[in-house]
Amino acid sequence: MSKANLLDRRQVVSALLENRKDVVAIGGLGASTNDITAAGDHARNFYLWGGMGGAAMIGLGLALAQPELPVLVITGDGEMLMGMGSLATIGLQKPANLSIAVLDNEAYGETGGQTSHTSAAADLVGVAKACGIADSRAISTMAEVEAFAKAVHDLTAGPRFANVKIDSANLERILPTRDGTYILNRIRGDLGFQPI
Amino acid sequence: MHARPDAADTAPNWPDDIFATLQRFDVRQVPYVPDAGHSKLIQCVLSSSTMRGIPLTTEEEGVALLAGAWAGGQRGVLLMQSSGVGNCINMLSLIPILRFPFLTLITMRGEWGEFNPWQVPMGSTTQGVLELSGIKVMRASNAAEVPAVLEAAAAQAYNALTPTAVLLSQRLIGAKVFTK
Repeated sequence: MSKANLLDRRQVVSALLENRKDVVAIGGLGASTNDITAAGDHARNFYLWGGMGGAAMIGLGLALAQPELPVLVITGDGEMLMGMGSLATIGLQKPANLSIAVLDNEAYGETGGQTSHTSAAADLVGVAKACGIADSRAISTMAEVEAFAKAVHDLTAGPRFANVKIDSANLERILPTRDGTYILNRIRGDLGFQPI
Repeated sequence: MHARPDAADTAPNWPDDIFATLQRFDVRQVPYVPDAGHSKLIQCVLSSSTMRGIPLTTEEEGVALLAGAWAGGQRGVLLMQSSGVGNCINMLSLIPILRFPFLTLITMRGEWGEFNPWQVPMGSTTQGVLELSGIKVMRASNAAEVPAVLEAAAAQAYNALTPTAVLLSQRLIGAKVFTK
C-alpha cells in the first residue's frame, strides 16, 4: 500500500547521479538497475540482472581496488535483505569511498508487489549501524537525498548507508544492456584497464 | 628438514607454497570464511602488505566481491571449506556472465576419515556442484603436489579466465579430531 509523501524512485536516483563525476554506480537486481539506466547510460554503470544479494559486495570489491574513486551501490530493499550479511563485512572493512543507497518500497516490486520485511519489522538503517557503518541515514526528503549525493564524493568519511523510503509505483521499465561482459569490460576500459 | 607429505600434526609447509604462488600472481583481495585447514594461509594473508584478507559472513559474498575487485583491476582468490560451496551456487552465475578471473581454494570435509556425518552430504557433492556450475576442478591430495597444482590452477584462472577450484583434500589437511 502506497503511503503519502513518499519519494519517487527515479527522482531519487537522478539526484544521486546528477553530478556523478567519476562515480562508479552499481545497480542491484530489480528496478534499481532500471533506475540508474533511466538516469542516463554511463560507462561506469554496473547493471545487475542477477546475483541477487551481491550488489553491496561488488561495491566493496570495487571500492577496495579503487580507493580514490567514489563507489555508489543503488539497490532495493529485497536485494539488500538477501545480502544483509554483507553489511557486516563492509562494516568490518570500512572502505571510506563506498556508499550504499537502498530504495525501500517495502515490497518485491518485480514479482507482484509482495511485502518485504522492511514493511513491518526490519530496520535496515539499524542493521547497517549495528554492523559498524556509523554514517547510516534514514532518508525521507529530497533535501536529504541531495545531501547524501554530495557526501558520496567525500572519500574520507565512508562507508555510508542510506535507506530511502520510496513509493511503490511500478514505473515503465527502462532496460539497460544485458551483456555482462560488455558491462564489466566497459567499466574496466573506462578505468584504464586493458583486456586480458 | 624432511618432507612428510601426509603429516598434519606438525605445522605444514604447503600453505606457504600456496601463499607464494598467490603472491607471484599478484593476488590482492582474499575473501574467506575461516576453516581450520586454511588457518595458516589466512595468517599469511593477514600479515601481508600486498594482500587484503576479507572475512565474510557467507561464502557467496566472496564471489560477488571478486567480480567487483576485477572491475576495479584487482585479482582475488576465495578461501572456503567444502560446505561453503553450497552457499555460493546462485552467485556463481556471475562468473560466466561477467567473465572475471575466478580461483577458489577449498578445504575438503566429509571424506578421508571424516568423524562428523553432517559434513558428508555436502562434501560428497562439492565437486559435482562446482562442475555443474561451470568451474574446473583440480585436487591436491598430498603436500608434494600442492605447488604444481596451484601454479596450474592460478595460471588457467588468471591467464585464461577459466574458473577454477582447487580441492585441498582432507588427506592433505588431516581429518579433524574431536575426541579421545
